[in-house]
Parts: sequence; C-alpha cells; structure tokens
Amino acid sequence: MTSRPELQAPPEIFYNDDEARKYTSSSRIIDIQAKLSERAVELLALPDDGVPRLLLDIGCGSGLSGETLTENGHQWIGLDISESMLNIAVEREVEGDLLLGDMGQGLALRPGVIDGAISISAVQWLCNADKSSHEPRVRLRAFFGSLYRCLARGARAVLQVYPENIAQRELILGFAMRAGFSGGVVVDYPHSTKRRKEYLVLTCGPLSLSSATLKAKGEEESCSDEESSEDEEDRTVSVSERHRPKKRQKLNKGKGKGREWVLCKKEQMRRKGNVVPPDTKYTARKRKARF
Amino acid sequence: MRLLTHNMLSSNIKGVTNGFPLRIEVEKMVEKEVELNMDFLKNMFAKVEWRALVEASRSMGYSELPDEADSSMLDSDEFLRKFHHALLELHLEEGALVCPETGRKFPVNKGIPNMLLHEDEV
Repeated sequence: MTSRPELQAPPEIFYNDDEARKYTSSSRIIDIQAKLSERAVELLALPDDGVPRLLLDIGCGSGLSGETLTENGHQWIGLDISESMLNIAVEREVEGDLLLGDMGQGLALRPGVIDGAISISAVQWLCNADKSSHEPRVRLRAFFGSLYRCLARGARAVLQVYPENIAQRELILGFAMRAGFSGGVVVDYPHSTKRRKEYLVLTCGPLSLSSATLKAKGEEESCSDEESSEDEEDRTVSVSERHRPKKRQKLNKGKGKGREWVLCKKEQMRRKGNVVPPDTKYTARKRKARF
Repeated sequence: MRLLTHNMLSSNIKGVTNGFPLRIEVEKMVEKEVELNMDFLKNMFAKVEWRALVEASRSMGYSELPDEADSSMLDSDEFLRKFHHALLELHLEEGALVCPETGRKFPVNKGIPNMLLHEDEV
C-alpha cells in the first residue's frame, strides 16, 4: 500500500506547506478527523461534571482534533512535528497552545499534570526510522515513558492508530504496557476495511473499578443502532468475531413472478398492440414435475 | 503560548535532572481576554507550580500575583481574577525559553515554542 503517508516521507517533510493546506481544506478529512476525535474524547471517559480539564493532543496537526476538545469545553496543549501544520493551526486561531516537538524524543512536560491525552492517526509514525539516528524501539519507549509520567494517576490516553500490520500494533501496544499503562485496543467497525478504526485506550496505573468499560462500535448488524447504543451505559469491551456477518439472503428467491404478474404483463403488451396469446387456465401455470 | 503551558513544560534534554522552570525571554507578548472559569482554575491550582507562575508572570511584566498562595485563597474573587489573567490571558508570542540547567534556548515563534531536540540531546 503506497498510499500510506508513513511510507512516503518523514512527517515533518511529508506535511509541508502544500500538504498541510490540502489537509485542512478537505472537508472529507475535516469530517473524518472530527469523528475520530469525538470518539476519542468519548473513550477518554472524563468525569461528566462540567469541569474543564487540561488535555494533551499528540500530533495535533492543524488543530482539527483540538477543535473537538475546545467544543467539549476543555483546555488543551497540542504537540506536532510539522511546522507547516502548526502554522495553519495558528492561522485558524485554535484555542489550545501549540508546541513544535517530536514525540519520539519524549514529551517535555512535568510529571502528573495532564488530565488526559488523545492522539489521532499519529503514533504509527513512531514505527518508522526516518533518520539514521532513529531507532523505533527507543523512540516508542521514550514516548510512552514520558506520556506515562506526565499523565495524572488514573488519567487515560486514547491513541487512534493505523498500524500497518499486526506486528506493528503489537509493537506499539507492547511498549505501552512496558511503560506501565494498562488497557487495550478498541476496534470500531472490525468487519469493514475502510471504516475499521483502532484505538489504544490506555490508563495510567491500574484500572480503577469506577472507570467505565468500553464497547466497540459497528458490532451490531444494522447500522442504525450505532448512534443509540453508544450513549447507553452498557459499555463493555467486546471481542470481535473473526468472520464477517452473513449477508441476508433474499427471501423470495426461486418463487417466480406468479400468475398475476404474467396477466398484468400480457395486458401491457396487448395495449401496445402486440400479438399476445389469449389468457386461459394454462396461463402461468406451473409445469408438472416430469418436465 | 500561555503561562499555563509554560508551567507544564520542562526541558527534557538528556542528562538534565531538573529542567523546570524554563526561564522566559520575552521579545513580544500579547494579552487575549478569555472567559473566566472557576472550576478549571480550582482544578489547575493543585497542579500549577506557584513559584514558577509568579516568576513567569513577572518576566512577562505582570506582577500582581502574591508570592505565596494556598487553596484557601481560591475563595477570593480578586485572587481568582489575577490567577486567571496570569495563567490564561498572557501569551508569549516571540522570544525564547531557556533551560535552567544547560542554558539551551528553545526559540518561540508565532507563539509556538520549538521544543525539538538535536540528535545529541536525545
């Protein structure tokens, strides 16, 4: 898959001025980003008491995901490696503060101050070695270590990732666990290649009993159920089946059209002036089995 | 960049044991008014390093903050307003942040601090 931007150039080079502008002016991307960050905030499961929190947006880019945080009433700090993207964020006058930094070098933040972190489509970049000095394992360790340190105890980090393959997902998750996080992966729409979205939901310290368990989206057969089910309290982590749900078979398959339909059709042809055989008791009658 | 963010930032250069607080060098600063939210301030008060905030706001030319503060002062409206102003309304636009231990400068352009480290600093 050459369409993965991760395979084309390092992030600070791939997201140049042109790409940054393209990215932020595409309504499709804006829509996707908004949906992803909305879902990430939902998975953060911050207490519903109306108190604004200090959140971290890792790989904030032009601040599309940060806008969702602002809409939810939170203060945020955004980190990105692409200067062009951050310039666009400044132009768009986002409300959060922006930092130019490389998450693989560790987050330059004090311990225990952040109430939650989200990251939309960014962490998989860490698996690339774009410079000779880059060692993905070292960078992943630095990132998760510093993330763990700067989060308050019991805080969550929700990282939406596009891992290239299973090995990459396990690599990322492995380093998260080694840093001390507990948690796992929530997969939304596991049966769809396009809509499938993976979220690493990590909790700083052991899982507390109060923290709500999560339910992946898109497990239900019908699509209309999703919106209603997501607000309900039955949030449990569900293991997705490996096989796709069966397509619903046509109910009236093999029954044929019936006498009424044939008579109607014949009448139509007659009105057109075609030569049509007369209607008899044999019209549209089923053949005997010996035929 | 607001002082809220400055208060959370710490230099993470390899070998630096205490990278906090970063000294502020101001070339240009702006003030932007934002709505005061008591709940947020109360939530943040426990996390903010007061000494660093006082120092930072002084270097930005705002010296109304008291030297010492404790949570009982959060009931005073006047204190909250000052705290709010220092934390969220003072923006560093151009200048630099200086690591207290190594003296390494992190330049700030258009309000964005450049925290990228050189290869030998990681």
